[in-house]
Amino acid sequence: MHIHAYEKLWLACSVLLILFLIGTVTYGAVGPGIAMVADSEQPIDAQNLDESERFADPGVEQVGENEYAAYVVAYQFGFTPDPIVVPANSTVTFYVTSRDVTHGFEVAGTNANTMVIPGEVATLTVETAEPQEYGLLCNEYCGAAHHAMEGKVNVVSQSEFESRQGGDGE
Amino acid sequence: MSEAIEGDRSFVDKFPEEARIVRSAFLSSFFALLLGAVFGIIQTLHRTDVARIIPSTDYYTVLTAHGVFLVISFTIFFLVGLFTWALTRSLDRPLVNIKITWTWYALMAIGMTMTGVSILAGFVSSIDMSADVLYTFYAPLQAHPLFYTGLAVFIVGSWIAGADWFRTFLAWKREHPDERIPLQTFMVLTTMAMWYIASSAVAASVLLFLLPWSLGFIDQVNPTLTRTLFWFFGHPVVYFWLMPAYLLWYTVLPRIAGGRLFSDPLARVVFVLFLLLSTPVGIHHQYLDPGIAEGFKFISMTNTMFLLLPSLLTAFTVVASVEYGARQRGGTGLLGWLTDLPWRKPEFTGMMLAGLMFAAGGFSGMVNAGMNINYMIHNTIWVPGHFHLTVGTAVALTFMAATYWIWPQISNKPIYSRTIGLFQVVLWFIGMALMSNAMHAQGIMGVPRRTAEPEYSGFDYPTMFGGFEELNIQIAIGGTLLFVSTVLFIGNLVLTMGNPKVSGLADPLPPALSGPDDAPQVLDNLRLWVGIALTLVVLAYALPLAAIINRGGLLGSGVGTYPVWLGPAFDALVSALTPLADGARDAAAALVGVVR
Repeated sequence: MHIHAYEKLWLACSVLLILFLIGTVTYGAVGPGIAMVADSEQPIDAQNLDESERFADPGVEQVGENEYAAYVVAYQFGFTPDPIVVPANSTVTFYVTSRDVTHGFEVAGTNANTMVIPGEVATLTVETAEPQEYGLLCNEYCGAAHHAMEGKVNVVSQSEFESRQGGDGE
Repeated sequence: MSEAIEGDRSFVDKFPEEARIVRSAFLSSFFALLLGAVFGIIQTLHRTDVARIIPSTDYYTVLTAHGVFLVISFTIFFLVGLFTWALTRSLDRPLVNIKITWTWYALMAIGMTMTGVSILAGFVSSIDMSADVLYTFYAPLQAHPLFYTGLAVFIVGSWIAGADWFRTFLAWKREHPDERIPLQTFMVLTTMAMWYIASSAVAASVLLFLLPWSLGFIDQVNPTLTRTLFWFFGHPVVYFWLMPAYLLWYTVLPRIAGGRLFSDPLARVVFVLFLLLSTPVGIHHQYLDPGIAEGFKFISMTNTMFLLLPSLLTAFTVVASVEYGARQRGGTGLLGWLTDLPWRKPEFTGMMLAGLMFAAGGFSGMVNAGMNINYMIHNTIWVPGHFHLTVGTAVALTFMAATYWIWPQISNKPIYSRTIGLFQVVLWFIGMALMSNAMHAQGIMGVPRRTAEPEYSGFDYPTMFGGFEELNIQIAIGGTLLFVSTVLFIGNLVLTMGNPKVSGLADPLPPALSGPDDAPQVLDNLRLWVGIALTLVVLAYALPLAAIINRGGLLGSGVGTYPVWLGPAFDALVSALTPLADGARDAAAALVGVVR
């Protein structure tokens, strides 16, 4: 089979580009440590979330030094809790599940984004920065009022977080 | 020599029965295109809040119709028409049994009608039928059984079409035992082999799970399993849309440019690569799915990146073939030959602009495929921005452009106005450039796809490449231009059909510069390639599917059923919720007013 010299060169460049792209993804995983949403959590009974320790009354709790777990339930058509209040300059892991259909969980304007599938718990660990109010939206069609499904993620100062948590009686 | 003989008679002169099938398939395709365009313009103006002629709850009926009519009906009907033409033409023999041909055409038309009716019934509240589940029909949202039944019938029709072409090929093979498979036939057969592998999963999902579930035979389904089976099909289907465009770029575009294909063997290599790599990549649509291990996602990512290879090879071959055509026409210089191309021909300019847009779509596709950067754009409007460049332009514009070239040969009727045709393809390019660019930009801001009202009551988007509102205007203008372009295309074709028949419209295709004799014999060994393709699919999917079934059960446990078609209770819920949301929005708007 005759392959033109320019075509061989092009082929070589193409393969290099592909390897480069795979390299960038690999670097993203091992360098900055961007982990994918995966199967770390056990499946859950979507219709009996009330019996779940974590999701019956979902909220934010401290799990380590400057580490927090935020449990979130997505439903037609909203999120609980709303707003989700988390402390600034900390590591927060969101545990998100659905009690009905498939939803999305996207903190607008950031890369905190995951699918929320009934029966599964999506986990997503983020580093929060300075206090700021973020919009939370569902980015997977979930029914006729999908566009009304929204919430907030409020990143507040450590002291405000503690006073709010205290106020909730937790 | 054979060209001269062929030159006397057009395709319809030689194969009148086949030409009738090709025309019927094209007309079904263009009918779907028109419907899709109508829903497209409604959607564009609704989303951008320029004009809202429907309630937002009906937006999802519009969106389902837009998706299904365009990416299933428009594309696949065009494909079966084009493939019937390409196979018959390149084998230079009629199909074995035209009754079978009409049978698959009828099945596909009936299936699509069933699905279409189930979707459109969603506009009529007095009918307890709807299928507002969008093109991806993710369970546990449940459509009316007619929706799934229609899809199954349509797919079975496409399978029989493939069998029809394989049988005709085998008949030809018996008549020509020592000849290489003609290039266009090779493209048809490899694409169909890919289609059988890919569509088996969605057929299994529909027939084993979704249809019995919608009929009430089973109580629940596993959402991750049906999602994964959908994407097993959902990625290769994009190549099913694209391969007819590739067939045209490889075999027709060089001819229109005044030359011939650069390399027949490399064209075969490209189609073999698509057969091998199209399917074991579907999990890249599920990068952000819980319940699927990161390792499986990584494998899918590497396969996806390698899938760039056949498209990059195509870019080379197509540009080289066009350059050869330009030089045959007297073109010179490093880039000077570009001016010696037939830019006044709508079929040429349309396909070239489609190819240019495909390159842009390829770049945004690399971002989609980049697993960790995908977090930024997953399910944002960036994604439809991407696929309106690929299927929405590379495929759709190529199909429309090719119609200006092929329609006269399958009907003996010259195009009504080639000037309008040229204007139409350029208008499409401009409209899509505006719309797609703005969609990509909004996506990076986090604006979601698939929503009737992308502005929220509680927050605003960050300002990046211009504000949300400016980008909305670009989207609305772009979408309107695309709608006008579609109407011009359909109108031109309808007027063409009113033209009197003439002779001398044949435009035979020359063989490649480097012909099939240069291609290693092994390339034509379809059994081998199908075997390897199946092996790759098993390697990519056996473990993920086993893990998904192991986690959620074959039928999913503890997941409910959410029919969108069993009216009253659900409607009541929605109508109770919508005013609440609207109220919140109005309150927010009032607040904004006060602040200003």
